[in-house]
Amino acid sequence: MAIIERPSTEVAAPVVATPSNSLGGFKRPMMESGWKSWLFTVDHKKIGIMYGVSAMFFFIVGGVEALLIRLQLAAPNGKVLNADVYNQMFTMHATTMIFLFAMPMAAAFANYFLPLQIGARDVAFPRLNALSLWLLIVGGVVLNASWFLGGAADGGWFMYAPNSGPIFSPSNGVDFWTLGLQIAGIASLIGSINLIVTVLNMRAPGMSLMKMPVFTWMILVVQFLLVFSLPVITVALVLLMFQRSYGATFFDASAGGDPLLWQHLFWIFGHPEVYVLILPSFGIISEVLPTFARKPLFGYPFVVFSGASIGLVGFGVWAHHMFATGLGPVSVAVFSIATMAIAIPTGVKIFNWLLTMWGGKIWYTTAMKFAIGLVLLFTVGGLSGVTHSIAPSDTQQTDTYYIVAHFHYVLFGGMVFGLFSGFYYWWPKVFGKMLNEKMGSWNFWLMFFGMNLTFGPMHILGLQGQPRRMYIWTEARAGEGFFNLGFWNMVASVGSLILAIGVLVFLINAFYTWKKGPKAELDPWDARTLEWLATSPPKAHNFDRIPVVHHLDEFFHRKYEEDTATHTMRKVADGADLVRAEEAAADGHIHLPSPSYWPLVLSIGVGVLGLGVIYGVPVMVVGAAVILLASYGWVLEPSVAADSELDPPSGDGHTKEIAPLG
Amino acid sequence: MADVAVHHETDHGHHSSTGLSNNKLAMWLFLGSECLLFGGLISTYMLYRGRVSNGPHPSAIYDIPFTSVSSFVLLMSSLTMVLAVTSAQRGDDKKTSLWLIVTALLGATFIGGQVYEFTTFYREGLGFTTSLFGSSFYALTGFHGVHVSVGVIFLLSTMGIIKKNRITGTKAEVVELIGLYWHFVDIVWIVIFTLVYLIPA
Repeated sequence: MAIIERPSTEVAAPVVATPSNSLGGFKRPMMESGWKSWLFTVDHKKIGIMYGVSAMFFFIVGGVEALLIRLQLAAPNGKVLNADVYNQMFTMHATTMIFLFAMPMAAAFANYFLPLQIGARDVAFPRLNALSLWLLIVGGVVLNASWFLGGAADGGWFMYAPNSGPIFSPSNGVDFWTLGLQIAGIASLIGSINLIVTVLNMRAPGMSLMKMPVFTWMILVVQFLLVFSLPVITVALVLLMFQRSYGATFFDASAGGDPLLWQHLFWIFGHPEVYVLILPSFGIISEVLPTFARKPLFGYPFVVFSGASIGLVGFGVWAHHMFATGLGPVSVAVFSIATMAIAIPTGVKIFNWLLTMWGGKIWYTTAMKFAIGLVLLFTVGGLSGVTHSIAPSDTQQTDTYYIVAHFHYVLFGGMVFGLFSGFYYWWPKVFGKMLNEKMGSWNFWLMFFGMNLTFGPMHILGLQGQPRRMYIWTEARAGEGFFNLGFWNMVASVGSLILAIGVLVFLINAFYTWKKGPKAELDPWDARTLEWLATSPPKAHNFDRIPVVHHLDEFFHRKYEEDTATHTMRKVADGADLVRAEEAAADGHIHLPSPSYWPLVLSIGVGVLGLGVIYGVPVMVVGAAVILLASYGWVLEPSVAADSELDPPSGDGHTKEIAPLG
Repeated sequence: MADVAVHHETDHGHHSSTGLSNNKLAMWLFLGSECLLFGGLISTYMLYRGRVSNGPHPSAIYDIPFTSVSSFVLLMSSLTMVLAVTSAQRGDDKKTSLWLIVTALLGATFIGGQVYEFTTFYREGLGFTTSLFGSSFYALTGFHGVHVSVGVIFLLSTMGIIKKNRITGTKAEVVELIGLYWHFVDIVWIVIFTLVYLIPA
């Protein structure tokens, strides 16, 4: 039976579901609690939490890999890792952080908050949503299984030829890598289609596109980037798979192949990908800054359209990753200029955030500190990024630690700080408890100093010529005085430990909050957007009645009214009271989709099919059989009581039913 | 009750903000993504079509009349697909099934032609690993062939479901969605046929 919410005053009569589709006879799982309720769930909130937990797990895995790298480089002639393991370590650190931490963590936020922010009861395709999650986890398992099955991928995260070929990567590591990324790619593609449809089709009445919260906007832009960039890397990965497993020579220069083809395909995906990573965090802090500056976001349309134009221009700058390959003067000039141009919308955003804070009564919560940290650190990373757009300078910087410094400032200082800001801001919404602010402060300052100590010196190391991906350095060539590589490498390594302690404080804070944290108020931050109109944590159906939207920052405008005499905003209602009022006026007969076994089964089938590429055709056949079974199970499983009289007869358009393909 | 249900289902699409149903919007997005997938494969082929190593040159093995016929068969399947969609929208189960099976048969004929073509090419000395031209040709047309085959499975499965149940509003939409996919695969073939077969390397 579906999860059916009825008003408590009514006596719930037992409802007999009459499947609209009598074929198949697969029953749907109906657990509402226990581990099975998580394994087979299609609830966007549970899926969001599982995304978050898996991403956090991989954040720790990738973090440990990073610490091992820094340990190896702390002193000359490092003995912690040998060259081979070191190659695997930095390849998997990057791959894990990008594909298994950053993207899933953004997906966690998107899954959880996007439907809540637009006043919907779930995403457009709840079962596909579960499929995305499980495929991602299967992809992560396949990627990391390589550690135990002969060694991980070792060609660097962009896996240039000939490093990706059998001569330099004889183990199956790269095979696991191509397969894992293809599977994770399918997961992201399905997820992005799902979220776009959700945003475009399922907004609450009255919520026009320009009344959408900025976080939702940025997620929408990201999903479009994914839809159009993932297929390109899929082609690259498939070609590489054909080369490694079936004897083709697409990227093999000795057989006439073109290694640059890989680079183009990879970066046509890879550059939009960096905006895929950063824009969700831009969205998060565009919610956090106005809330804690107690001012509306400065220039909302500018923030929205600069985000969209970053996405658009992001498709036209990929070759700035390839200046050192000799593209020719025209290409270099075009991509240089395009790259400089993309700094404009980014700069627009920075100024909008600064002006949002300007003159505001700033409330320095941990969420706010992380948001301000993002603005500061991302600006540093953005400026070093502009130096790459100048091709002659970039040719000097290519493959040095200067590049490593740059992208860690934008990705760690930018993206990760944004995500942590989101943790502190939305924790009370998701778990109904407040993260400890005192520990939060420690968390922030340790991460802030740790991050600057780790990645700041890398600018110096890089400009002094320390190459990226070099597994040892020697005292003899370390230089002297201020520019001594030994000193700055040691500083970076100590910094990475401080950073790690900062992250550990967060984990302790999360655990402490879970055990002993105080219950959160319904509107602890005096927030602005619709997700705060739901209870904390939100009910399975999100909203007791679908809100009707009249304003940007709808929740804020329900609490505040403009005093026409003084032109100031006057509080007229309490947020918590508004939430309770919604509960009191609940709709009856809200109907949610039932859980399903098939997303999980289908994902496992895809994983087995993928492993068949490495372990032979019989394995592939088993995988294909599972996929076929799961697909038919999926299509034929009875729809829930979608057609029963429990649906509100008028239908508000947001009470979902499971669509045949969903 | 059944009437209410049908009413509700057909109503569903009208509540969306775009006017398109969720399913249809998702299908369009998926096809948009597929454009880039084929774009990547076609680019790879265009880059490598002249690199024949010791294997046969494209002009030596392409049999344009044969491929023209099989292309025509595939294009005609788009016509029968349209007929299936209109029958489904009229609620005519019998005609829908008929046109679906004709479409599937035409698709299968095309796949049969492709299998014949591949085996002929192989006998003439163009294996998957013979040259970059061979690898990229088989990768591109093979991917397209898999798409057609999956489409045939869709068509036959849909026919099976329709046979057991009367069409409702949603099922007519399922036929339409498969139609979108099918037309897309056909259009991609027009591009492939032109770029790969007709324009000399």
